[in-house]
Amino acid sequence: MLFYLLRRIVYTIPIMIGVAFFCFLLVHIAPGDPLAAILPPDATADLQQQLMVLYGFDRSWPEQFFSWFWRALQGDLGASIASGRPVAEEVFKAVGNTLMLACLATMIGFFFGSLFGFVAGYFRDSWVDRAASALSVLGVSVPHYWLGMVLVIIFSSWLMWLPATGAGPGGSDDWKWDWAHIQFMVLPALTMSVIPMGIIARTVRALVADILAQEFVVGLKAKGLTDFGIFAHVVKNAAPTALAVMGLQLGYLLGGSILIETVFSWPGTGFLLNSAIFQRDLPLLQGTILVLAMFFVLLNLLVDVLQTAIDPRIQRS
Amino acid sequence: MNTTMSLPAKAPDLPLQPRSAGFWTGVLRKLMRDPVAIGAGIVLLILVLMAIFAPLLTPHDPYQASMLKRLKPIGFEGYVLGTDELGRDMLSRLMVGARLSLFMGITPVLIAFVIGSGIGILAGYAGGLVNTLIMRTIDVLYAFPSVLLAIALSGALGAGIGNALLSLTIVFIPPIARVAESVTTQVRGRDYVEAARASGAGAVTIVRVHVLGNVLGPIFVYATSLIAVSMILASGLSFLGLGVRPPEPEWGLMLNTLRTAIYTQPLVAALPGAMIFITSISFNLLSDSLRSAMDVKA
Repeated sequence: MLFYLLRRIVYTIPIMIGVAFFCFLLVHIAPGDPLAAILPPDATADLQQQLMVLYGFDRSWPEQFFSWFWRALQGDLGASIASGRPVAEEVFKAVGNTLMLACLATMIGFFFGSLFGFVAGYFRDSWVDRAASALSVLGVSVPHYWLGMVLVIIFSSWLMWLPATGAGPGGSDDWKWDWAHIQFMVLPALTMSVIPMGIIARTVRALVADILAQEFVVGLKAKGLTDFGIFAHVVKNAAPTALAVMGLQLGYLLGGSILIETVFSWPGTGFLLNSAIFQRDLPLLQGTILVLAMFFVLLNLLVDVLQTAIDPRIQRS
Repeated sequence: MNTTMSLPAKAPDLPLQPRSAGFWTGVLRKLMRDPVAIGAGIVLLILVLMAIFAPLLTPHDPYQASMLKRLKPIGFEGYVLGTDELGRDMLSRLMVGARLSLFMGITPVLIAFVIGSGIGILAGYAGGLVNTLIMRTIDVLYAFPSVLLAIALSGALGAGIGNALLSLTIVFIPPIARVAESVTTQVRGRDYVEAARASGAGAVTIVRVHVLGNVLGPIFVYATSLIAVSMILASGLSFLGLGVRPPEPEWGLMLNTLRTAIYTQPLVAALPGAMIFITSISFNLLSDSLRSAMDVKA
């Protein structure tokens, strides 16, 4: 177990370096001179020289990468071109907002997804099963940015129950957990929850069907265990995999929230990426992608380790 | 003597012929019996025909703007599906938009299928150091959520159809290569590959004769399941302004420019997204049916 843990952590290090290298390359694959992409259009020759040294473009590639990586490890991701503020500061403020939204969406998705999945797995080939399967196909097929728009049309434009965009009456800076603020989260979180809902429903249905077909369930029935007792066994067996899928889905939502955040003007990382792209703010783009991708890698590691820890059936050598 | 001479001449191709033809006819027969597959297939056929013959079918010029006829409702004076924010006919634009939207959704998966299969089969067949080198590189790209990777690449490369296609292709190569590698590794261990090697066949011959025929089917089925994702992502890039540029009609871009109209003409504004939804769900359903018809395990 400990050996597995260590090996898994060691294995993650080259991936992280690879991910960092990819993010480093992003600025270099941008068309034109990398410095020209970073420089504001009205840059003086003095500033140009200053940035050249700062970014180390006068040095060799590996040197540039390692000095950039070393600064990134210390939390220095450079400065945003548009705002002039440190990228790390901007990103971490936005990550909090995205994380809040993605966690809520994952919880909603997990709750309804496993509910549908359980019912579908228990009553296979019934109409409930077919409805749940249809729902999960709909969930993975719907363009979520469009679903967001449709929800805005229904709940903001027609019914006028919920606000369409933003993160609270006073912006995101004074976020509070009261209805005045939470109502801004409802639509984006619901929109976002549809993807994990479909995937978790599919996974749980397959898991439950698989578990119910195993011999120990027949044994439990023969022993005279109640349906509820058997249900508890099914939950216990399905939980590790379902939770692992949930963890990974949270990671996908963190990275994939850009489209939904754009629709709802939610001040998270997606919104930040969007503005970075349109202002050609490459340091901001690079920093945001780096943080999100690292988050995803670490989440993967965490899910793997936790799954091994809570599921005694997994014995990795 | 005559009869015994003629018999073996016929015998060898008997077990071969029906079996190789039988698998695909069997798949087709199963698909034809599956109402979901037929429904999804018909929808996709209509969409493709609509895209191909769009210039002949459009009732109005899809680029013709009119300040007087902006944002008209569905069914307005010969504009069956209303008009967009510049007064252009929605029906015509949705029809012509099918061309770019389908092209941008399907092309990256096709290219990634060719490149990803190549990389995966090479890694799976070569094994050892080559495998480690290729697969660890793939792992790095795999460490990004697909939406993030697509946006990172096209954000850095800049807007445009070519850059969007390139980014999406790079997004789909790692998953396809992973599947190709794992299927190839399985096939490589089979007895018939061992037998071919023992009989002196070279690597190229073995891959061409024994490996390709057995791995391309499962890889293809997997690739078809990516088309729905690719449709959503491609339109998503255009929705963000990273793909197709105005005034070209493309569903994702149309959805973006109509965002301002969700309070005045909500139904018209939602139409392009509905087209993306219909297309992606049809691809998903057809791919699911194909998977179960070919009995490929997920």
